[in-house]
Amino acid sequence: MTAAAADDVAVRAEKLRKVFGTFVAVDSLDLEIRRGDVFGLLGPNGSGKTTTIRMLCGLLDPTSGTGRVAGYDVTREPEMVKRSIGYMSQRYGLYDDLSVYENIRFYATVYGLTGSTRSKRIDELLDELHLRKRSEQRAGTLSGGWKQRLALAAATAHRPPVLFLDEPTAGVDPASRREFWSRIHAMAAAGTTILVTTHYMDEASQCKHLAFLSRGHLIAHGTPEEVLKHFGQPTIEDVFIELQKRDER
Amino acid sequence: MITGFAAMLWKEFIQMRRDKFTLAMMVGIPSIQLVLFGYAIRTEVRHVPMVVLDESRTAESRQLIDVMRNTGNFDIVGMVQSRDEIRVRIERGSAHAALVIPPDYLRDIKRGRGATAQVIVDAADPLSSSAAISTASLAAQVTSLSILQESGAAPQTPPLDVRVRPWYNPDLKSSTFIVPGIIGVLLAMMLILITSMAIVRERERGTLEQLVVTPISKTALMLGKIVPFIVVGYVQMTVILVLGKVLFDIPIRGSVPLLYLLTMAYIVANLALGMLVSTVTKTQVQAMQLSFFLILPNILLSGFMFPRDAMPEVAKWLGNALPLTYYLNILRGVLLKGIGMSELWQDTLALCAFAAGLIMLSVRRFTKTIG
Repeated sequence: MTAAAADDVAVRAEKLRKVFGTFVAVDSLDLEIRRGDVFGLLGPNGSGKTTTIRMLCGLLDPTSGTGRVAGYDVTREPEMVKRSIGYMSQRYGLYDDLSVYENIRFYATVYGLTGSTRSKRIDELLDELHLRKRSEQRAGTLSGGWKQRLALAAATAHRPPVLFLDEPTAGVDPASRREFWSRIHAMAAAGTTILVTTHYMDEASQCKHLAFLSRGHLIAHGTPEEVLKHFGQPTIEDVFIELQKRDER
Repeated sequence: MITGFAAMLWKEFIQMRRDKFTLAMMVGIPSIQLVLFGYAIRTEVRHVPMVVLDESRTAESRQLIDVMRNTGNFDIVGMVQSRDEIRVRIERGSAHAALVIPPDYLRDIKRGRGATAQVIVDAADPLSSSAAISTASLAAQVTSLSILQESGAAPQTPPLDVRVRPWYNPDLKSSTFIVPGIIGVLLAMMLILITSMAIVRERERGTLEQLVVTPISKTALMLGKIVPFIVVGYVQMTVILVLGKVLFDIPIRGSVPLLYLLTMAYIVANLALGMLVSTVTKTQVQAMQLSFFLILPNILLSGFMFPRDAMPEVAKWLGNALPLTYYLNILRGVLLKGIGMSELWQDTLALCAFAAGLIMLSVRRFTKTIG
């Protein structure tokens, strides 16, 4: 692997495997996500999406295989991995009794930002995500769309090169979703690599590349068009339904 | 590490300030409990209603009745004419004790034979009855002494000296005994409960998961979660001490700094228990239930309310497994007896062993559960 190629690949999984007792959650998973990509990891519930993302975040040790995120090995250098990633789940991980400003400030500090660097970054995030007017409002009183923005601000306070989104737009109105995705595309254009796990169609269609998981196996990957062709289905929704049927058999 | 810890502290104190309910609990519960326990739990018995059957009807018998009354523990609520009447009064509950002076009371005294007067006690409440019995026997001795003095005759055999000499708590006030213990019980209650709920809340809301994917070290995360509650523990202790002094006039005879120092081990042990609870429960409700389950033996078996000397062996062993048992010795020792390390080193050692063991166990479990 040349240095240039290594730099170009932000997330790489090789023969990644995770076994819980006798249950194989993820089996020999190979993934390669390029820098600046918006990559969708798709699959029904229990297909291994969350296990995969947890291994790539350094939260879960793979049973075998290797994972590299932003150039760091997930098993050997989990702390460096954690510094290089942002993570946002559908639960948002916000403190309801802290204000918008305090939530951002807390996560920025946890990510090691202090002093003027921190206050400059908080200002930037408040402006970019249009949170300025609500900076004093308690996070618990925000509606879904605003919470989502705040969660994104908290997850990207340290400008991570890689961003993991775990079903990020569940329970959010369409206007907020559109806004969210335009923000995601802007970040990708600026070089951030984004991995989204989802089983929502509209999120899938926003991705540049897709990978389908079923019972821990990668069964198809490529651009949305390539995936449709692979399954011979007209829409991604049909691919899902087809997969679900196979699972139930 | 330092930045992460500072961030956690900053966040915890903001949250604590905002959470008016918990804040009210932190100061309100100690005060309310103190007043409740302090006033309501009375093991000393005052004003037991007593009826008298005086079949002697002499100056000497009236003297005995006066002595009984003057102890303050008995209220003479009536004179009765027969033993049947005593039974009726006690069964009805209008009297809890009866004094029976037989017709030959005076004759026996005069002859120098031991005169017998009988005290009947309603033993349905064993605590008050035992107190009544001891008071009655005290009164009887006082009377017999005065009889000996009056008769002027040197006693052939000196009256048996079984005078009750209550040390440390001469008024036999139960609040003096109970209030120091409340510090221990309340610290256990609040620390186990609040710590476990605070950690489980983070798990429930998903913020713990969010923190775990950040570079914050596990030590910083845990210390940030624990240290604010150490402060809370000391605040509560101070509230109870001050209120106990003001409301119940409990003595503070020993070194307060020493007490605060030794309390650290006790606080750490309970925080660790709270963390352990948080690792085996999934919801705040479960955490609350398990916490109360753990607190109950502390109240019953530690010697907080019931003397451990009177407990069966099994209960004593169980009591030995509670940090509060040792902390109570320290609390009462320092506050009531004014003793120091030379007497309390064994309790201190036991408490430190608990603190160290529990914190190691809980840290191990905690780091495992956050993966």
